[in-house]
Amino acid sequence: MPDRDQTRSEVSVSVNGAPHRAVVEARRTLADFLREECLATSVHLGCEHGVCGACTVLLDGVAVRSCLLFAVQAQGAAVTTVEGLAGPDGTLSPVQQAFRDCHGLQCGFCTPGFIVSVTAFLAENPEPTLEEIRSALSGNLCRCTGYQGIIAAVQQAAAAEAQTPTGVEP
Amino acid sequence: MTSGAALPGSATVTTGVEASEAAGRFVGQSVKRVEDGRLVAGSGQYVDDVRLPGMLHAAFLRSDLARARIRRLDTSAAAGLDGVVAVLTAEDLNHHVDSLRSSVNPPDLAIVPGHVLAPGDVRFVGDPVALVVAEDRYLAEDALELVDIDYEPLTPVVDYEQAASSPHMVHPELGTNLGASGSGPDPGLARVFESAHLVVTETFHQQRQCNMPMETRGLVAHWQRHAGRLDLWASTQSPHELAFTAARVLRIGEHQVRVHMGDVGGAFGQKVYSGRDELAVLLAARALGRPVKWIEDRRENLMAANSARVDRLTVTMAVDAGGRILGAEIDHLSDSGAYPLGGAPAKSAQLVSMFPGPYRIPRLGWSTATVFTNTVGRGAYRGPWQMETVGRELMMDLVARRLGLDPLDFRRRNVIEQAELPHTTATGRVYEQISPAETLEQAAEMIDYQSFRAEQAEARSRGRLLGMGLSLFVEPTSIGRGALGAEGAVVRVEPDGSVTVSMGTGSHGQSLETTIAQVVADELGVDMGRVTLRQGDGTPYGFGTGGSRSAVIAGGAARAAASEVRSRIERIAAHLLEAAPEDIVVDRGSAFVAGTPARRVSVAEVADAAYRRPEALPEGAPEGLEHTARYRAPEVTHSNAAHACICEVDRGTGIVRILRYVVSEDCGKMVNPMIVEGQIAGGVVQGIGGALYEWAPYDTDGNPRATTLLDYVMPTAAEVPILEHGHVVTPSDTPGGHKGVGEGGAIGAPACVVNAINDALAPLGIRLARQPLTPDAIISAIAETERS
Repeated sequence: MPDRDQTRSEVSVSVNGAPHRAVVEARRTLADFLREECLATSVHLGCEHGVCGACTVLLDGVAVRSCLLFAVQAQGAAVTTVEGLAGPDGTLSPVQQAFRDCHGLQCGFCTPGFIVSVTAFLAENPEPTLEEIRSALSGNLCRCTGYQGIIAAVQQAAAAEAQTPTGVEP
Repeated sequence: MTSGAALPGSATVTTGVEASEAAGRFVGQSVKRVEDGRLVAGSGQYVDDVRLPGMLHAAFLRSDLARARIRRLDTSAAAGLDGVVAVLTAEDLNHHVDSLRSSVNPPDLAIVPGHVLAPGDVRFVGDPVALVVAEDRYLAEDALELVDIDYEPLTPVVDYEQAASSPHMVHPELGTNLGASGSGPDPGLARVFESAHLVVTETFHQQRQCNMPMETRGLVAHWQRHAGRLDLWASTQSPHELAFTAARVLRIGEHQVRVHMGDVGGAFGQKVYSGRDELAVLLAARALGRPVKWIEDRRENLMAANSARVDRLTVTMAVDAGGRILGAEIDHLSDSGAYPLGGAPAKSAQLVSMFPGPYRIPRLGWSTATVFTNTVGRGAYRGPWQMETVGRELMMDLVARRLGLDPLDFRRRNVIEQAELPHTTATGRVYEQISPAETLEQAAEMIDYQSFRAEQAEARSRGRLLGMGLSLFVEPTSIGRGALGAEGAVVRVEPDGSVTVSMGTGSHGQSLETTIAQVVADELGVDMGRVTLRQGDGTPYGFGTGGSRSAVIAGGAARAAASEVRSRIERIAAHLLEAAPEDIVVDRGSAFVAGTPARRVSVAEVADAAYRRPEALPEGAPEGLEHTARYRAPEVTHSNAAHACICEVDRGTGIVRILRYVVSEDCGKMVNPMIVEGQIAGGVVQGIGGALYEWAPYDTDGNPRATTLLDYVMPTAAEVPILEHGHVVTPSDTPGGHKGVGEGGAIGAPACVVNAINDALAPLGIRLARQPLTPDAIISAIAETERS
């Protein structure tokens, strides 16, 4: 058994824009750190071995499985969870809104991971084809919806984002 | 807020109801879900999100052998680890519990030994042996590694088809591996079989599957000795069943137990009853007096929560020369594993009773048995009896083929028509408001059955393997007897006119916060946004959510309570407006005199009078604005559906692609068509998983071979078809005309997919009767045919 004190180190991250600093064991996963130290309880643990995608967060804008990373690997990074996607006034992001509009969730446990994954996917590919959507979603598991509403939600969110003028100065 | 009832791509046919009968303001509409606001924002509160001061964390040491004697169990090193509070074994806990029975099973059925932890021997891989409780979960798992345990391996009973004759006993206390058996021979069948035009016998197998809710099981238990109070936060479908179990195990009153219901991340039958591990956590919490949290990990969930669908069904079916079914005989064997959930081995009563399904099957003889094995216990999984549909529907295709009839034609010759209702099946069920023929025709039309046959012939000529599958079933929803017989609801208009509904349900994805609010808002004449559903602590007793029961039974209770509250609103409003109660209309939060809408008073003003101005009430009117009602459901409410799908099998890889999938469902009047279609779709995809991918096998030593989600393969968005929905609406005779719909998708889909694959493979002379139909199974079958 390792000496727990020997393996502790300090981690500073920003989570949804708020700074967090803590001393953690090297073995503490990023998922547990986010849930327990940063109170980002939307980070759900569905398998803890990187298959289900429920714990997906953005690490400096890139979708990662927080169960497969250690907290110390996020040192200095900006983490975004689904709690950070709505506007300051509570307005849902287009992806969040689309999941609600299209009945893209039932029990809601997989939902934060899906919404974060889709947010990253649409940022990279704003006008995906149906096959690209299906393929992008295949890294997240849902047991309730049969994916019907989820696929529709991504199509709606993509259309909403496509309608947003880009490249124009405010 | 609302959109039209008809969703894009769905067709609706209404039977047996006046077409002019309007939907409610909310009931019947695809209202968006109340739950979603918090869930898409990441603000859901699941059991693992509960944090209490002084909370401890539990982890289990589980057996890694299927059957063994424990030679040595030394927990001292684990107990000595800094931060470990307790290490508990069978010696500490088992004497508290005499049985694992549920409130549904009478004590005489609870024949599974009531061991909380392994009692000196282990009986499956995953069997809980010791419970470590520590200051944090990492420490608890560290301590597991310090438990010194030594086993003497014994020969396990793994193959359920051999279990009954095995000399080795899963439960030595019982002296047999036979869990339950029964038979109902029909002596007249022999003569029917002798004189029939054709008699076909086949045996069908379904493989071990897991419920696989995205959230595993979990529990936080806090016993406060001096307050005499147990607080529980649980991932449960049935908060009152949990309270019943906790009170029985801890020998306290149910009034001392408070079950707090948060969000629940799916269950599909897994979270009705408490497992042995959950009982251990309850006992640990009482022993320690501090809150104890246990969150199951995925490996535990796959290996030790429960399994399902391990079924073998042999069907013999006799038909006459005109393709009419004369009778059938079935023999069912199921695997109950070691410690089935709910404390009793799986009986096959429902399976036998439902076997005739949507067809005229005048005679049925049956025999059933379930056995114990050294594998994880069986538990309920969405349509637990659905092997009857698998066996019957595969047999329908097989007999059709032998008769030289198209499977659609053969079904048409035997399906029960409206004119024949009420129809009593050979098993004594009485069907009244069902529509199997209508759903069959709707599904066939939607999938354009006849054109497909032409397309298929053309594809076959070019070597492509296209197939069509059909599957029909009748589903017994909303069972209304025993502990399941009734639900209660309290509808309370608060002093400001908002409405709280309290119910014993356990919504875990079914959207009851939305649908119950729809029902109550319409019944009361208020806005939906003013209605909130509360579940868990303080609610009236009820069995919870499962068995496709909430629309009928919970809906019935909510409607009954709201209806009484509405008459009270009318009475008070009439008094305030100096009108007669029968002239009062309540709509959109206001009560007004019919024909004179200007004479009105808001529901909030009525509520204010009811609570704060008793002197303003009519004489004899009770103060307050709240009513409790219980709704007693009929014995059963039958739903039915027809599934049709088209698939293509890749000859080289054995990979199956489902090109189209149509469901025509009759669940009576729908509270919310969007939610109905969501329930059907989820069930269908689970059924597709069961037909093609999902499999949790054991090796011959009893080692589970799917303990991660890499091994337990579920459908993803890349594989699923986009479902097409048709609705036939035959209202039930329950209040509201609803029927259950939660399980149907999973009941119909496996047979539909397997039939489509067999249809695709028919030109090669291949017919598969053993699930799952993996690419391996398919290319092996193709290779074998090519060899021979």
